[in-house]
Amino acid sequence: MIPKHTWVQIRKVVLDASHRAPNIPEDTKQVPLVMWVKGYLEHDAKIGDEVTIRTLTNRFETGTLMCANPVFTHNYGDFVIENLKIASMVKTIVFGGDLHE
Amino acid sequence: MSYQAVMSRRNEIMKASVGIDYNTYEYGLLAFDYEKMMKEAGYSLEEIKQIQSANGVGNTPLKVCKNITTLVRSVSKPGFGARIFIKDEALNDSGSFKARRASIACYHAKTLGFKGVIAATSGNYGAAVASQAAKYGLKCIIVQECYDSRGIGQPEIIEKARACEAYGAEVIQLSVGPELFYVFLKLLEETKYFNASLYTPFGISGVETLGSELIEDCLSLTGSFPDMVVVTNAGGGNLTGTARGIAKVTSKPITIVGASVNLKGLHMASDTDFNKKSFTTGHTGFGIPFMTYPDRSDVPRSAARPLRYIDKYVTVTQGEVFFMTETLVALEGIERGPAGNVSLAAAFHLAQSLEQDKIVIVQETEYTGAGKHHQAQLSFAKANGIDVYFGNPKDEVPGKSIVLPSHPSLIQTEELDLNYLKQSCIKHQLKPGTLSMDDLAYLASEVREDVAYVEHTIEILKAK
Repeated sequence: MIPKHTWVQIRKVVLDASHRAPNIPEDTKQVPLVMWVKGYLEHDAKIGDEVTIRTLTNRFETGTLMCANPVFTHNYGDFVIENLKIASMVKTIVFGGDLHE
Repeated sequence: MSYQAVMSRRNEIMKASVGIDYNTYEYGLLAFDYEKMMKEAGYSLEEIKQIQSANGVGNTPLKVCKNITTLVRSVSKPGFGARIFIKDEALNDSGSFKARRASIACYHAKTLGFKGVIAATSGNYGAAVASQAAKYGLKCIIVQECYDSRGIGQPEIIEKARACEAYGAEVIQLSVGPELFYVFLKLLEETKYFNASLYTPFGISGVETLGSELIEDCLSLTGSFPDMVVVTNAGGGNLTGTARGIAKVTSKPITIVGASVNLKGLHMASDTDFNKKSFTTGHTGFGIPFMTYPDRSDVPRSAARPLRYIDKYVTVTQGEVFFMTETLVALEGIERGPAGNVSLAAAFHLAQSLEQDKIVIVQETEYTGAGKHHQAQLSFAKANGIDVYFGNPKDEVPGKSIVLPSHPSLIQTEELDLNYLKQSCIKHQLKPGTLSMDDLAYLASEVREDVAYVEHTIEILKAK
């Protein structure tokens, strides 16, 4: 159980697929418009419950509880060897080939 | 509230949320007085300088790119290869030139007594608004298009969400689709906050200091005016504001070049295309539609009207920009975000056509970091099935491949046909009815041509 007042993230369908705007690509029309927003949980709940949160601007939003204490996990990606090759190429042109010897 | 019900109230919601009655600037069948709007609703250059310098914005350094200039000359004809300078806009609070736009929007919101600001943006502008709002104690909501329907987020946009939250904003993240605007309108109506649109006179006049500063910086560093200024172009505000700022401090002709990443073939509203692009701004998917129809923006009359100022519009490839982003680190020791380096990639090629005593200014950089970094983006592209390899960038197919140039000489801009874009801009603004002389003169000023050009274009369009 996630206690009331925990900082959480919810997910909400804003427009289901049948109510989407006209003139959007077919692939987008097949899926709903979904919103994710964070705030303080208004009542005790479990992941997956329909809940109400109070956001930072003191608005109330309802949706499916996705997680408690959400964190960012984006990073610098996997190693990309091409960057080393570019650096070596341009340094060789500008400073000569013996830079790393 | 249905989509249609909210969209039908669009104009009244906008009027209340930006404090501008756009009708007062409209006349004739389709004309509007752009300069009057900029004068009455905006701020003077002096006022903007004061607001910005008191709030961590502006006076960024102009830096000479000595080694990149050497690289340019290594692939130029003898005697050619202009010097390249870069305006390090990443050093504004929040890490991009967008702080210039946000500073005026937030100052204006505070002056008018709004309790908060809202901006619809997936880009650096969100962090900029959040940062400036923090200074004034304004509440802030940023609405961004972030995830595809699988829930996979573009890492660059996720990083911007993180930055917005760090500056204290509430971030509304959405899946792909233009109905973001519907959510945005509902929030404006619910909160009564100020619409810190990128396209109001405040948002554009804030960039004018970038134009005036780069002239002053260049004169103080070199004793000369720049010959060419290259501007990354998306919604057109960067180019419009910079060109207007330049014109406020000098009447000397300086070539204004817009540059965008070529994302031809990728649909901006497509759920499946969303994560196949490695640039979330500075690309043709925004650049061309906003240039040919500026009023598609989130205000009735956009203050960003690049065809009034642009001399040349070029595209570069994703591979070319990633290459130059790494080159900026490797040769100048300046690690910056890829989207801000679109103009650098273009300048690298354009400088080759100018003699060595000429000066090209790349007028922005942006911060880099997790998600935004070129390694994060190249890695994400590979994970999404994009083929990344060394070769000729001309072979790049957006959404399928990223071709890193196998030699710097292969970096070559492609010039877009401005005449075609001007005709398209006129076409988008035509309405049924009889055009007055005022309307024709307005359309002429929209594309920086004469009335005869407009009349000739209308004849061509009718024949089609």
